[in-house]
Amino acid sequence: MGWIQIAITLLIIMLFVKPMGSYMVKVFSLETTRLDKIFGGLERGIYSLIGIRENEVMGWKKYLGAMLLTNGFMFFIMFLVLVLQGHLPFNPDGIGGMPWAQSFNTAASFITNTNWQSYSGENALSYLSQMLAIIFPMFTSAATGFAVAIAFIRGLIGRQDNLGNFYVDMLRSITRIFIPLSVIVALFLVFQGVPQTLAGAVHAVTLDGKEQTITRGLVASFESIKHLGTNGGGWFGTNAAHPFENPTGLSNLVHILCMMLLPTSLVYAFGLMIKNRRQGWMLFGAMSAIFVVMLLTVTLAEYKGVPALQSLGIEQGNMEGKEVRLGIAESALFTTVTTAATTGSVNNMHESLTPLGGMVPLAEMMLNNVFGGKGVGLLNGLLYLILSIFISGLLVGRTPEFLGKKIEGKEIKLAAIALLVHPLIILVPTAIALAFPSTVASISNGGSHGLSEVLYAFTSGAANNGSAFAGLNANTDFYNISIGIVMLLGRYVSMICLLAIAGSLAMKRVAPVASGTLRTDTPLFSGILIMVILVIGALTFFPALALGPIAEHVSLMQGVSK
Amino acid sequence: MAATSKKLMTQEMLLQAGIDAIKKLNPVMMFRNPVMFIVEVGTFITLLLTIAPDLFGSSTVGRGYNLAVFLILLFTLLFANFAEAMAEGRGKAQAESLRSTKTEMTARLEQKDGTTKEVPSTQLRKGDIIIVQTGELIPADGEIIAGLASIDESAITGESAPVIKESGGDFSSVTGGTRVVSDAITIRVMTDPGESFLDRMISLVEGAQRQKTPNEMALTTLLAVLTLIFLIVIITLVPMASYLNVHLELSTLIALLVCLIPTTIGGLLSAIGIAGMDRVTQFNVLAMSGKAVEAAGDIDTLILDKTGTITYGNRMAAEFIPVQGITEADITWVALQASVKDETPEGRSIVELAGKKGSVWKEDQYASAEVIEFTAETRMSGLNLADGSEIRKGAVDAICTYVLAHGGSIPSDLGDISNRIAKAGGTPLAVASVGKIYGIIYLKDTVKPGLKERFAEMREMGIKTIMCTGDNPLTAATIAMEAGVDDFIAEAKPEDKIAAILKEQQEGKLVAMTGDGTNDAPALAQADVGMAMNSGTMAAKEAANMIDLDSDPTKLLSVVSIGKQLLITRGALTTFSIANDIAKYFAIIPAMFIIALPQLQSLNIMHLNSPASAILSALIFNAIVILLLIPIAMKGVKYRAMTADRMLTRNVLIYGLGGVIVPFIGIKLIDVVLSSLHLV
Repeated sequence: MGWIQIAITLLIIMLFVKPMGSYMVKVFSLETTRLDKIFGGLERGIYSLIGIRENEVMGWKKYLGAMLLTNGFMFFIMFLVLVLQGHLPFNPDGIGGMPWAQSFNTAASFITNTNWQSYSGENALSYLSQMLAIIFPMFTSAATGFAVAIAFIRGLIGRQDNLGNFYVDMLRSITRIFIPLSVIVALFLVFQGVPQTLAGAVHAVTLDGKEQTITRGLVASFESIKHLGTNGGGWFGTNAAHPFENPTGLSNLVHILCMMLLPTSLVYAFGLMIKNRRQGWMLFGAMSAIFVVMLLTVTLAEYKGVPALQSLGIEQGNMEGKEVRLGIAESALFTTVTTAATTGSVNNMHESLTPLGGMVPLAEMMLNNVFGGKGVGLLNGLLYLILSIFISGLLVGRTPEFLGKKIEGKEIKLAAIALLVHPLIILVPTAIALAFPSTVASISNGGSHGLSEVLYAFTSGAANNGSAFAGLNANTDFYNISIGIVMLLGRYVSMICLLAIAGSLAMKRVAPVASGTLRTDTPLFSGILIMVILVIGALTFFPALALGPIAEHVSLMQGVSK
Repeated sequence: MAATSKKLMTQEMLLQAGIDAIKKLNPVMMFRNPVMFIVEVGTFITLLLTIAPDLFGSSTVGRGYNLAVFLILLFTLLFANFAEAMAEGRGKAQAESLRSTKTEMTARLEQKDGTTKEVPSTQLRKGDIIIVQTGELIPADGEIIAGLASIDESAITGESAPVIKESGGDFSSVTGGTRVVSDAITIRVMTDPGESFLDRMISLVEGAQRQKTPNEMALTTLLAVLTLIFLIVIITLVPMASYLNVHLELSTLIALLVCLIPTTIGGLLSAIGIAGMDRVTQFNVLAMSGKAVEAAGDIDTLILDKTGTITYGNRMAAEFIPVQGITEADITWVALQASVKDETPEGRSIVELAGKKGSVWKEDQYASAEVIEFTAETRMSGLNLADGSEIRKGAVDAICTYVLAHGGSIPSDLGDISNRIAKAGGTPLAVASVGKIYGIIYLKDTVKPGLKERFAEMREMGIKTIMCTGDNPLTAATIAMEAGVDDFIAEAKPEDKIAAILKEQQEGKLVAMTGDGTNDAPALAQADVGMAMNSGTMAAKEAANMIDLDSDPTKLLSVVSIGKQLLITRGALTTFSIANDIAKYFAIIPAMFIIALPQLQSLNIMHLNSPASAILSALIFNAIVILLLIPIAMKGVKYRAMTADRMLTRNVLIYGLGGVIVPFIGIKLIDVVLSSLHLV
């Protein structure tokens, strides 16, 4: 039954890929499209309100500048709102200001689309904070990721250093994609029983006379953009495992669809934009292959359970940390999807997954390109593509080229920096955190599992995923600041590098295709791409994984208690 | 030079390379190669650990283990240095032999008053006029301004037959260090001391000027970053392990680091580059930079001159076509008679063709025959036999006039035949004997054998060939079809070549061409790869980025292959190097954690004997692989023309998949040997 659920879900995801991808190409088209008639008026109003020249063309430096400036400004506002929320309106429950380190962490988390939460949403944030510092950046950070990915593609196919206009791209992705979709999804979630209210918490008296405080709020609208924008931060601390966030199997399905919708369609849109659909499908195939392997691993691992449970005669698999109403298959699928698409919402506790099952989300975040979140995943995929092309190009004896543009020293240098930064910001802070007793104190489990907790936290931050392994008390100054920095570096360094690559590629002559040209849109090349992703990923993180989940898995299997 | 390049691996050279390998351990020199520099730092630390095992904290491994790691690392470095020294050694040997020709020479410098004065060649400056006589060495590069001489250029080209050089035209340049065999010439010096062709050649083959090529730099960056990533991986492993109460030995960490960083390609990268350049030199082609050789591998379009490159450049008899009523044997016989005393290439080709067709010439019967030479007036040549019969061959209209004058008639199909030949790009020659026309000799420009196959290979590699010729479009089309080139430019003027190059470049293609004349110079400079013939003018050689010492334009095709081979070798060893890491992890990780995390033993899929033997085996494998791959680095990986997809499949299987599997076998074997010898 579980497998059928998974298969149907994946099928529905596939059904949306083409129409949504085609729609996206129209949204970001530099030419006039019919969409301009529908959205143009509103958009032009906004442009004139904030003083944007719609037709202004941006080179990569200008585009990057606009992106950093916008994001920086939003970051600053968000930080202030969080720190000062106690003095600001829309605070029916009288919640006080957030400490500065946690505010920094939270602002960094949401501006980078990570949605790592070292606070517990319903108790630590006023409604104003939820709206301005959480929901607002859920739209803008997703839109930023989209804009940068689109700009990169324009660089790939461009003839001059014109990556489009950042403000226009960002606004259009909000007005034409996120808002319309969010409204539809939110209404559906309300129908499924998700609350949507500005009123404060409900105080209820239970049957046995105890008093309960039931928090609620703008949950439906929050949930819709949380998954569409692959944000992942929950209104409630327990995220999508909470019955108000994810009440039914149907709402669970919609959550999964929302997470996968834009990342998968973007890959198809990429193929359309570069006028080589095969290339798009090739990349899609490579990502899907890794996705399926990951999904199978976690599902099988969870169904199999652990020897300790089996010896007690419990044959139903590992239900620890899972919601009974969702079950193993839906939990495993959610886990794979949320870390593939770097959403980071959870409908089950990742810490309670079997070691191998728990390694899947970790591995997906370490690779950070199995579809990945709104734009950034595609960019990371293309980063590995560039490296694969470089190696393969050498193997056929030509200076490597992609879409007719030569990949030379400059591009490799930038790609290498982007490649370097991911392990750097995962392994170095993990090592630091494990080196000092004060930071080790945050870990709730000992041994390999404890190592996984810390490794997971920084990996989640670096991949801008935001899901938590749980078990780690990350609300300390050290973790708030270090994870905050990791999130910022994880997002912006690779964006800067890739926009620089886009700018450099845009200026290059396009070489014609000949039979000596390396074809990058073949199954063979897909295979090479997968190998490069896995080998480089595995070589980088193997020792850490060996000490964490692998050691734990092996000892579980051998019955060694650690 | 040709002679010295044959003996490549003398014992002396190996010895010298060994000494150089040790000299290259100098950290200042190693610093240029980030991968190997890290290895050197690791070697130094293990040396310290061998002397004082507890230098960096208490250690449980013995001195012997540290010493073993140190020695293996040292050999890793030496093997890499040895590869580079070997590659450089060949160039040095060639430079040595060139330098020996560059002895102190005296020059006869012409003074303003017309007298001459003997000065050392080092005092010659650009623009000086010198006189060189029979038997003397030419003291400087220059251009002949008066006279004609045959010159022995074997010092540079290795070719012993002298070449004729004369003032004016495309054969006026002479090279310093070559010898005048006969006659005297007046030369205008074209270079200042130290900048001569010979000087440049010496520094090129010696590799003194060697700069990293763009591709090599890109690869170095990538390797440096991979090294940095592994450095981070290893350093961060220490606190992670100590959190799990595992103490990691410094020497083991260094061993793991060295195994992981791409030492195979890092150690051989510069040897590959030097050897690639050297292979070009072995072909007697002088590449001005490694960049040019690499660019040759990327070429999309080759622009080739017809004459001399694609065809022999002189017209040869291809067929004897009889007119109505005449047999082929008859015309063959008459053609032979008409040409037997004709010493022109055309004449000789007719005799040769007739011989092939079975006509036999008996010299003694024609001893008294009178030879009629070709003149511009008659446009005929032939033989007057002793019996008075006249045999003629020549331009069709001239023969017709001649036959009519002798009372003969014109066969009705003669016009058709000659028109057909002209249309096909050939030259018709009519033959007549005793006032009667026998038929027509079909002369045509012959395509060099083997070229058609070469061009087909090029096509498979995705390279377009364009033929450039002064012929009319019809003739050009015929030759183009026969040679199998993709396109042609007929009635080409020098500026047409540049236009063609620019057009291709506009489409984003890289263009290569050959040339020798001064009027080729702009096109040579414009092309991405321009190869000048050594026989050509100074201007052409200055503009080109390659010079073919044998003046054989078809060599450009070989240079393209070498350029590709250079990149493929780099790619293959990079792939191999990275793929190796998988097996090394499986050897070292379980070994490192054996005591604290015994459950990780299940990762020891090779069932290596002991932790120490696992680590040392991986490390030894890592070192030996460098040594074993030196021949591939020097010779380049095998390269055959095929489509990119097929080549990719092939190389990925050999070097990717092979790179994953080979170390599993290799490490296991070394482990078996080590443990059976009770070394660990």
